[in-house]
Amino acid sequence: MTTTTGPLPTRRLILQGAAGVALLGLGNLPFGASLALAAANDKYPDEAFKQKNEADAIKALYGKTAEPSDKVKLDAPEIAENGGVVPISVTTSLDKVTSISFFVAENPFALAASYRIPDGTVAAVANRLKMAKTTNVTAIVEADGKLYSATKEVKVTVGGCGG
Amino acid sequence: MASSIRVRATANGDITEVQALIQHPMDTGLVKDSKGELIPAHYIQQLKFECNGKDVFVADWGTAVSKDPYVKFSFKGAKKGDDLKISWTDNKGGSDTTTAKIA
Repeated sequence: MTTTTGPLPTRRLILQGAAGVALLGLGNLPFGASLALAAANDKYPDEAFKQKNEADAIKALYGKTAEPSDKVKLDAPEIAENGGVVPISVTTSLDKVTSISFFVAENPFALAASYRIPDGTVAAVANRLKMAKTTNVTAIVEADGKLYSATKEVKVTVGGCGG
Repeated sequence: MASSIRVRATANGDITEVQALIQHPMDTGLVKDSKGELIPAHYIQQLKFECNGKDVFVADWGTAVSKDPYVKFSFKGAKKGDDLKISWTDNKGGSDTTTAKIA
């Protein structure tokens, strides 16, 4: 998967995207598909991190919506005493995972972290996030071009964004 | 200066488990200091792990990642003694890089 030439990966991605919308010419690649590709290339997804609302953030990052799946296992505490450091991890039994993202619904900005999982990397991530208050945490796993999610409510006794 | 990155990479058969702890304030830009002035946002945006010339894990982070971030993942295809290169860049253009030997 190591590509040294600059323009090539983008071109391949565009072709993949175009294949998904067969019969449409390359020139009129729909907006949604190009957004979806944003998550797959190497750039920092600035726009997605600026979205306040979870649905908007998911849309900005992936350009599509996720369906709940019991193959995504989200591990988060029932109660977090300190919202500044909430240990959250996700594992999945899904194949062909390309990325895993974490969203905290009522944070000032919903998208917390997004991880790219190249071929050969195990589809599991553990990290620590800040949570402003009691709310839902959602993990989204992108596998074989589709999005799967798992959500869990975490009760926060002291918020992590008030200082 | 000591590196801001502490990393432990352990090979167990074909799978290498990596744990990394980075020292960084991860300021959100929403918190006020004791004088009531906003502390400007200062956070890591991208963290990359490379092994044998290939990206094995890339993290894009927002402000909601905890101060002194921690991350854990595993990957295949490396063996003991291989180099794992870790680098991060933050929103103010700061960066740091370190290389760890897989144990």
